[in-house]
Amino acid sequence: MFDFLSDYDDPSIWGAFWMTVKLTALSGVGSLVWGTLLAAMRVSPVPLMRGFGTAYVNIVRNIPLTVIILFTSLGLADIFGMTMGASDFKVQGFRLAVLGLVAYTAAFVCEAIRSGINTVPLGQAEAARAIGLSFSQTLSLIILPQAFRSVIGPLANVLIALTKNTTVAAAIGVAEAAFLMKEMIENEAQTLLIGAVFAFGFVVLTLPTGLILGWLSKRLAVKR
Amino acid sequence: MKLRKVSAAAAAALVLTLTATACGGDDKDSSDTGSGSGGGDKIKIGIKYDQPGLGLKEPDGSFSGFDVDVATYVAKELGYEPNQIEFVETKSADRENALARGDVKFIAATYSINDERAKKVDFAGPYLLAHQDLLVKADSDISEGTDLNGKNLCSVTGSTSAQNVKDEIAPKANLKQLSGYSECISGLQAGSVDALTTDDSILAGFAAQDQYKGQFKLTGLKLSNENYGIGVKKGDTETVNKINDALEKMVSDGAWETAVKDNFGPANYKNEPAPKIGNIVK
Amino acid sequence: MSSVLYDTPGPRAKRRNVLFSVVFFVLLLLLLWWVWQTMDDKNQLTWALWKPFTESQAWTTYLLPGLADTLKAAALAMVIALPLGGLFGIARLSDHRWVRVPAGAVVEFFRSIPVLLLMLFANEFYARYTGVSTEERPLYAVVTGLVLYNASVLAEIVRAGILSLPKGQSEAAMAVGLRKGQTMTNVLLPQAVTAMLPAIVSQLVVIVKDTALGGVMIGFTELLNTRSTLAAVYANVIPSFIVVAVIYIVLNFILTSFAGWLEKRLRRSKRSTGVVLGKEDVEELNAAEIRGSFGTGAGGGI
Repeated sequence: MFDFLSDYDDPSIWGAFWMTVKLTALSGVGSLVWGTLLAAMRVSPVPLMRGFGTAYVNIVRNIPLTVIILFTSLGLADIFGMTMGASDFKVQGFRLAVLGLVAYTAAFVCEAIRSGINTVPLGQAEAARAIGLSFSQTLSLIILPQAFRSVIGPLANVLIALTKNTTVAAAIGVAEAAFLMKEMIENEAQTLLIGAVFAFGFVVLTLPTGLILGWLSKRLAVKR
Repeated sequence: MKLRKVSAAAAAALVLTLTATACGGDDKDSSDTGSGSGGGDKIKIGIKYDQPGLGLKEPDGSFSGFDVDVATYVAKELGYEPNQIEFVETKSADRENALARGDVKFIAATYSINDERAKKVDFAGPYLLAHQDLLVKADSDISEGTDLNGKNLCSVTGSTSAQNVKDEIAPKANLKQLSGYSECISGLQAGSVDALTTDDSILAGFAAQDQYKGQFKLTGLKLSNENYGIGVKKGDTETVNKINDALEKMVSDGAWETAVKDNFGPANYKNEPAPKIGNIVK
Repeated sequence: MSSVLYDTPGPRAKRRNVLFSVVFFVLLLLLLWWVWQTMDDKNQLTWALWKPFTESQAWTTYLLPGLADTLKAAALAMVIALPLGGLFGIARLSDHRWVRVPAGAVVEFFRSIPVLLLMLFANEFYARYTGVSTEERPLYAVVTGLVLYNASVLAEIVRAGILSLPKGQSEAAMAVGLRKGQTMTNVLLPQAVTAMLPAIVSQLVVIVKDTALGGVMIGFTELLNTRSTLAAVYANVIPSFIVVAVIYIVLNFILTSFAGWLEKRLRRSKRSTGVVLGKEDVEELNAAEIRGSFGTGAGGGI
């Protein structure tokens, strides 16, 4: 019944899901870094940075991810010559997809962290300033460590959404799960079975993330 | 009473969207696409919307191209005036399905006859012999298929032409697959790919567009033979025969030549002479 | 809040801020200049490529019909998903285990699957097993995928909305002798709907964005798809992309602003219970609920 699964080797089903995992992991780290920077900009004392952060988030959030991913390939790679240090188009497509996913997801990470900053009591920031800490010290030593712990839940949601969003990379030919599913479902007769296999794969990927991070967010929550 | 107002507003918005979608919805008549020569009936014909010179949706909403002209001529022979024709877009992956379901009467959409497709649909024609070719920059030094080794080659996702090149001619070609030919040409112009491969008839149409005139050339390699046929529902021999008659007449009364001149002339595409019906060049 | 993070700038801090501003500004300008130069180098700024968008035909033949299909799919998906989501949201709050558990499983299942997978599956399913015509099939597939996914997200919104109401509401309803069903339909739901409205409008943004997937992957003739037909005619891939992106931004910005305005307005109004759910509130509620459910997360409007 599952014979057809082994008929595919470019990518194989394991290769495809491994690609999904790689996309998720790399984009997850990237968007956490970029999103935190954006959040820092949005609360910074420099008005221009605040403006940039706000504009970035509001623009990127309102563009479909599909448009962003396609644009990395057709715009960044083709017109702006950003080949991402890879001449092989398969590698290049992967790196471009990560770039697009980071650019998009960072906007949501930024908002999650900003909402986390808002949950830190005023007194914390006031006390930090009272003992003479500068803005960057206040943010990095006092506010962000507390904010991160309170936003693990929302960030887990973002990570799960990111896992699902990696499927959009299929639009520029990255050989991940949705790409393989499209190929299989068009060539094989077992539509329902194929659908079930891939759905199961994603449930397996997203369930543990939710459970582990949910447990973590409760454990690390700042008790007040 | 605020609550009621808000719910009322929400309900109104809902009703509005519903009616709006209802209006935009099924106003197409489910006219019979099956009957042969109908009086007031419409005929649905599948074409491509995005291939200049073959099948293109023009800014004024009309359709142009060689496939469109052939389809219009054939429809006329089947008893349908141009105003009775309804052109629908049939993407490559949907062609067999659309015919099998009877959604379109026939398809003229750069539809090459091959054995695998012939199992699922019947073909009339061929009405044009095209060849797989390469489109390169005007000053490019790519002249042989083997020159593609180590070069960047662009084609459309799911098309067989790029795979042909990689399997048989230049295994070391670096393949980029995009969603459409216009995207490939944009990359070719910017220099991120070195060549674009598909049927020469399609390539010529793109190369002749105003924005690209003089920038590209066809290598004239004839990497394969593509016999364009008109796809008809499997088993509908009557329609196949009628279309074949129409195609023969189109060639003999000069309309075929005119259509070729009108559509391929500006593109400077040196087409093969009109193929004989049923003569599939392997 | 942000101003609490730093003192009112004194003369030195002011100078430093100005310096930062200038450096940042220059960096931004450099980036913009590079973008402009590269586009110019690659002939993307030629007027011929942009001119079509100043003419009505490019809009009436390609973009507007595409936009209409985008909105049609989004509206249909919302209208179908809303009652379905309401049903499952209430079912998850049921007192009966045999209702609550299956409803929860269904909601969590569809929330954990990418909407693209649902669309691809629906597309193939309709092609093989149903009589949907080739022309209509992509629309059906897109709407099906969106409905399955968004109904489960809306179910969570509904649940969050009902849970956010003060407990006194249902207690008072029971005290005056209303049955469970009456409590739900006459007391809890009307208030919850008000509370949920902003979150629901925000969800529309997600739906609009997701229609684009159908255009690229299964040939649904929405905005992004008609863009490629347009680009084949005018040979302007990059300009058309930019124009379409701007259309999406404007459309979604209007929806987001509407949701924000609604939220503010509802928070101000005195007669309701004062509960209003913004997007973030729902996310927080979900995060709080994670322990109980399988915890696949709504993905908060991503």
